[in-house]
Amino acid sequence: MTQMNAEPMNPVPASSDAVTLKVTGLRTHFRIGSTIAKAVDDVDLTVRQGKTLAVVGESGSGKSVTSLSIMRLLAPSARIIDGTMTFKRRDGSVVDLARANNRVMRKIRGGEIAMIFQEPMTSLNPLYTVGDQIIEMIRLHETISRADARSRARRMLELVEIASPEQRLDDYPHSMSGGMRQRVMIALALACDPFLLIADEPTTALDVTIQAQILELLRRLQHEMGMSILFVTHNLGVVAEIADDVAVMYAGKVVEQAPVRSLFKMPRHPYTKGLIACIPDPARDRDETGRRRPLSPIPGSVPSVTNLPRGCAYADRCPLTVDKCRVESPPLIAVETLHSTRCWRHEDV
Amino acid sequence: MSATDRTNETLLSVRNLVKTFHIGKGLVQAIAGVSFDVRRGRTTGIVGESGSGKTTIGRCIMRLVEPSGGEALFEGEDLFQASNKRLRDLRKRLQFIFQDPYSSLNPKMKVADIIGEAIDTHRIAKGGARRQMIGDLLERVGLDRDHDRRFPHEFSGGQRQRIGIARALAVQPDLIVADEPISALDVSVQAQILNLFQSLQTELGLTVVFISHDLTVVEYLCDDVVVLYLGRVMESGRAEDIYGNPRHPYTRALLSSSPLPDPERRRERIVLKGDIPSPLAPPSGCVFRTRCPAAIDACAKTVPPIEEVGEHHTVACIRHQDLPAWLPAQNQTKEIA
Amino acid sequence: MAVSVAARSTRTAGIAKILRERKPLALGAALLLIIVVLCVFAPLFAPYDPNKLSIANRLIAPGADHLFGTDEFGRDVFARAIYAGRTSLMIGAAATIFASVIGIALGLVAGFFRRTDVVIARVIDAMMAFPDILLAIALVAALGPSAATVIVALGIVYTPRLARIVRASTFVIRELPYVEAARALGVPTWRILYRHVLRNLLSVIMVQATFIFAYAMLAEASLTFLGVGVSPDIPTWGTMISAGRQYVGQADWMTVFPGLAIILSVMSLQLVGDGLRDLLDPRLRKDL
Repeated sequence: MTQMNAEPMNPVPASSDAVTLKVTGLRTHFRIGSTIAKAVDDVDLTVRQGKTLAVVGESGSGKSVTSLSIMRLLAPSARIIDGTMTFKRRDGSVVDLARANNRVMRKIRGGEIAMIFQEPMTSLNPLYTVGDQIIEMIRLHETISRADARSRARRMLELVEIASPEQRLDDYPHSMSGGMRQRVMIALALACDPFLLIADEPTTALDVTIQAQILELLRRLQHEMGMSILFVTHNLGVVAEIADDVAVMYAGKVVEQAPVRSLFKMPRHPYTKGLIACIPDPARDRDETGRRRPLSPIPGSVPSVTNLPRGCAYADRCPLTVDKCRVESPPLIAVETLHSTRCWRHEDV
Repeated sequence: MSATDRTNETLLSVRNLVKTFHIGKGLVQAIAGVSFDVRRGRTTGIVGESGSGKTTIGRCIMRLVEPSGGEALFEGEDLFQASNKRLRDLRKRLQFIFQDPYSSLNPKMKVADIIGEAIDTHRIAKGGARRQMIGDLLERVGLDRDHDRRFPHEFSGGQRQRIGIARALAVQPDLIVADEPISALDVSVQAQILNLFQSLQTELGLTVVFISHDLTVVEYLCDDVVVLYLGRVMESGRAEDIYGNPRHPYTRALLSSSPLPDPERRRERIVLKGDIPSPLAPPSGCVFRTRCPAAIDACAKTVPPIEEVGEHHTVACIRHQDLPAWLPAQNQTKEIA
Repeated sequence: MAVSVAARSTRTAGIAKILRERKPLALGAALLLIIVVLCVFAPLFAPYDPNKLSIANRLIAPGADHLFGTDEFGRDVFARAIYAGRTSLMIGAAATIFASVIGIALGLVAGFFRRTDVVIARVIDAMMAFPDILLAIALVAALGPSAATVIVALGIVYTPRLARIVRASTFVIRELPYVEAARALGVPTWRILYRHVLRNLLSVIMVQATFIFAYAMLAEASLTFLGVGVSPDIPTWGTMISAGRQYVGQADWMTVFPGLAIILSVMSLQLVGDGLRDLLDPRLRKDL
């Protein structure tokens, strides 16, 4: 279990930290008519045990498809073409999620890896009570009486700080607010004490004060339950709040992965640097007279994954582009322990 | 008359705006008496979460939605009393920018026609001068003037939003109400549009009402801020006062909830309890009291009056003097539990 | 700043590609084109005068001289068929136009002006309550059989179909931000209805219109067959089938060929309608 107080001053942790999930070379392609969308194109990720990995990217980056690939919940038009996703299971055995058969995946989903989604409105079945949904989930993975499952469900609602949990078990999703539904989803996800929680933009659709509550809740639950979290988001502020490690995605690839402090203090990819510079920061954006400095946006827009350019996908928008960038796509290079980047000119960033 | 001659003069004064909706058999007061001033040449931010009524306020000012009560004095004239005929002329002075760049442009119209419609409706220019004007507007918002023959779906989200801005600028308005204009865009594109707003304000002396739920953006762009909760103003004032010395517990909670893109710095953490109450059943007295960390019994009994706590700085809280001093974001080497 | 171009601007290249990829639509369109061309330019294609009586040549089976054979008066069935086609197509088209104009008007007004909707929606419902053929029979019985009566009758019958769709779509479009934007600009209401609402409804209307055209043609044939349609001396496919009834077993070609003409016309219209709907639907969703 992680410590709750002092964070080590040296942000590079020991490499003997156990790893819950290691994704290597993942490629997930969609087939739309006659075109192929390379939504995920050679992605490497590492989720350390008991830690939170934030996967951050804008639209078209492939971050959601990555999390769906891990859970093998892809649409029929998508296929995992390549790569391994090594998951360390509860009993210590190791399985490659990319190759596991359906029976094994069904056991893992919910029981060992759980997922929460962005839209709590549509992720809960409107026809069943909240209690029924949690109980069903529990009984799918464990042989347990209905009464026992119900009391566990109630405890889960308490865990996620829902008031009057006994009554709430018999409520339907539509009678709850967005924030409460998200809590129910978290309760549902944690009901079987999963090893790994995948959270796909869980707070994006919520109001900012509710978002703060949910992030706080997740942080607390992680400390209490010792689980690892893979948190997908587009919001760098949320990343700074909640992540231990960060993977930045762009156009289907991970362009930088690093511990959170290293990422923000010393980004080694021009996209990461550009993204951080885009966000208004009160300390940085006012000059001495108090007047506003213009932000430094990234020019252009994200390329379509159906039509990726040769070489580095970021070349068109990058201030450091040289000829090599347009010809050859850079591989993921380790610049420090646990800090890697996909840039030919990472030293100049 | 240049913008600088008349800076700080009040351009729009909203007084006791009320908007009630009939939902089934119930009555919802989306806006329950909101008053604020918009000063010329400045950007006024209206911030709030769901149920705050911020979007409805923008639409009421534009008379896209008919207000139920109150007045909106635009250079002394009440917008809410304007006849349809007068309204048409007023539409030259006030314009609106929408949130969704994907549905705020008619997909079947070329860009030139979309912007041209604004020009034609108010007969601003014809023929060659009109074509020239459209090109100028496109360039002003950072687009290529030769792309006026294209359709909206040929542009990216950020570019479509620029087209929407160009359309609003076409009538040469004095005031622009922008309803969450960047929320639907990617982060890297948001910065582009923010810069555009900045430069337009400087170059044209535009007065902007910027509606948003994103406090970081409002802090960056806005000169004055109005904080709303459940259809009521909690606090309003200049940006430096709101962000530097917030006097309402809700404002403080909002500020502390906005995550900073820096793992080293943390704001003082105020996490509110509970959910936003339903507008169908707002709490008695101060509507914020159900979640307020500083609430006392008296808060349920009376609606807090709006008090002035500084120059242009007002707050609606009976306990604003009792709150502890506000700490700016701290450098943290330890993680707060 | 790079502009991402999502669609090619050359229209003709686009249309050719669409037709290549969507075979049913291409087939329907081709068939429809052939039928329309044959009928509209009947004078050019008819080998004989359709009204020329020739007792000597009566009831000849289809062959080299008479492609579709001759009828009981010796008239060439092929020539009659394509001339009759003109009338049938014309009636179908007229009924469709009638239904469209009134249906669009009703639907737009009801959809856009909420206060009128209460009344108009009920009117549309009332019109829909009548079964097609019965209403047509009643009207024709009251007003006497003629092409005009049939057109009016069918037009009334099909108006609600279009009105409902236009009304429902108008409800949706009315709430879209670009309509609100037009209001915010001060664009007058009639212009909003025309430029913003109607223009975005065209694809939906086109699809419905092709279906109505098909139903109208079928209905006209049925009505005439039943004796309550166009008067029997005007050649339409319906009258030809009606007249050929007595000769079934003897000279099947008198009924088969006009029947086939109806089937092919209706089928081609349906194919075009379906194809258009599939083509325009996802694009509509993407644009909206």
